[in-house]
Amino acid sequence: MEIKRKESDFIVTVSPHVRSVETVPRIMWTVVVSLLPALLCGVYFFGLRVIFVTALCIVGALFSEWFVEKLAGKPITIGDGSAFLSGLLLGLTMPVTVPFYIPLISSFIAVGITKQIFGGIGYNIFNPALIGRAFALITWPRAMTSWVEPSKMFDLNNIGAAFSNIGMWLDGKTSATPLGILKLEGIAKVFEPYAAKADLYMNLLIGQRAGSIGETSVIAILIGALFLMLRRYISWHIPVSYLATVGLFSWILGGKEGLFTGDALLHVLSGGLMLGAFFMATDYVTSPSVKKGRLVFGFGCGILTVLIRLKAGYPEGVMFAILIMNCFAPLIDRNLKQKVFGLRKGK
Amino acid sequence: MDKELVHLFELFISASLINNFVFTRFLGLCIFFGVSKKMETAVGMSVTFTAVMVISAALSWLIYNYVMIPLDITFLKIVVFIGIIATFVQASDTIMRKITPGLYYKLGVYLALISTNCIILAVPLINAGEKYTFMTSLVFGLGSGIGFALALVIMASIREKLELADVPRPFAGLPIAFITTALIALAFTGFAGMITL
Repeated sequence: MEIKRKESDFIVTVSPHVRSVETVPRIMWTVVVSLLPALLCGVYFFGLRVIFVTALCIVGALFSEWFVEKLAGKPITIGDGSAFLSGLLLGLTMPVTVPFYIPLISSFIAVGITKQIFGGIGYNIFNPALIGRAFALITWPRAMTSWVEPSKMFDLNNIGAAFSNIGMWLDGKTSATPLGILKLEGIAKVFEPYAAKADLYMNLLIGQRAGSIGETSVIAILIGALFLMLRRYISWHIPVSYLATVGLFSWILGGKEGLFTGDALLHVLSGGLMLGAFFMATDYVTSPSVKKGRLVFGFGCGILTVLIRLKAGYPEGVMFAILIMNCFAPLIDRNLKQKVFGLRKGK
Repeated sequence: MDKELVHLFELFISASLINNFVFTRFLGLCIFFGVSKKMETAVGMSVTFTAVMVISAALSWLIYNYVMIPLDITFLKIVVFIGIIATFVQASDTIMRKITPGLYYKLGVYLALISTNCIILAVPLINAGEKYTFMTSLVFGLGSGIGFALALVIMASIREKLELADVPRPFAGLPIAFITTALIALAFTGFAGMITL
């Protein structure tokens, strides 16, 4: 009797031949799940419009993936979660007030241009979500920097108000992010509304501040990141060296009264640093794959973040820092890769 | 003195990173795309380019300030600078071939390409326009050269990685290199406003 076998029973790949249950979709969907706390915090602080903005980003990302793959005649891979993840990450970096076309266009730039044209998953040089956001920030600077104060729109006693904001942003007190205030008005203004310094830090930890949808709550991001670290999906190298460098250099250079007077904690807890350090700088494809290289990568991101925050025109530097280091990732990998055993230098 | 050094350092960082010729002014793209396919040629080009840049900045500064300004012929600066650069590059090509054939075979091929590069011409023109001093001109030339070298090396490492990528056919080769450059330029806008000279 002839044994019928499916084509997928014969798997021919190059070494290493390691059997593992880990697959790309599994990792991607796990990362999506680990971002849910941050998303829920966004909904809690900024209202149901958060869902609308994020959904637009995800739909745009999935459509771009399908569209470019269809045009290129490649197998459609919208189910593997990577486009979904890019869309979700892009959504988390948007302010809640953006008009509906910004998420759609920038998610096409993110997934269609930055990922698919470079050959799809595994080949992109830059982090898709960050390119999408950088593009949006430069194209619509006004819309991408109009922040509102968190107001706990999702109030159970007043469900109607939560829904009223979905189509267009109607009310909500406009406000600046802590880093924006720091840039324009100085550090005293940041602490002004608070009785004690600890109150501000507490608010930053919880996420009670103006900012992008998913970047505000440090605790929610850490919960997701810890989950990923325990599953060993992300290694500690990049986040730890990134956060440590930002803390160190903002302490050394950040103060007005001279060296070593900066407020490191404020810099580490605010802005998109947590989201960037744990979920964007650690992207497998766009960061170095050798461990030493990851430390260098995190260090570079940290220095650039502090430099841009303190010296450049933009109040926040995480996005640009990671993108600039993405350019250097192939170079870092090239120069720090493990030497083949027994090979002599030269020749 | 101290303030002057800080200014020179700022100028260097500005020329090499913040106002990088390739990523913010989009100059010198022909060489940039021409030799960034392989790391080896990119490194060779970077070394030659930086050296030529510094020396031609110095030569044209001397001629501009000691010949052209006294004679009041500054309106001829484009023609004169092109002449200076072409003469210098051709001369060093000949001298190198005679004196150090080894070095010539390594770097000589890039010299011919450099003589028509727009950054090499832009730097003396900017030096003349901004009325930089001799030292400032040298630092500006060095910064521009290092900035171009950095851009080349980054691009070469990315393009070597892209060789293995499954890029859709219409975008393979130069188109994807242009898109990559655009995205790097997008990333480099983060530096905007860091140093205002």
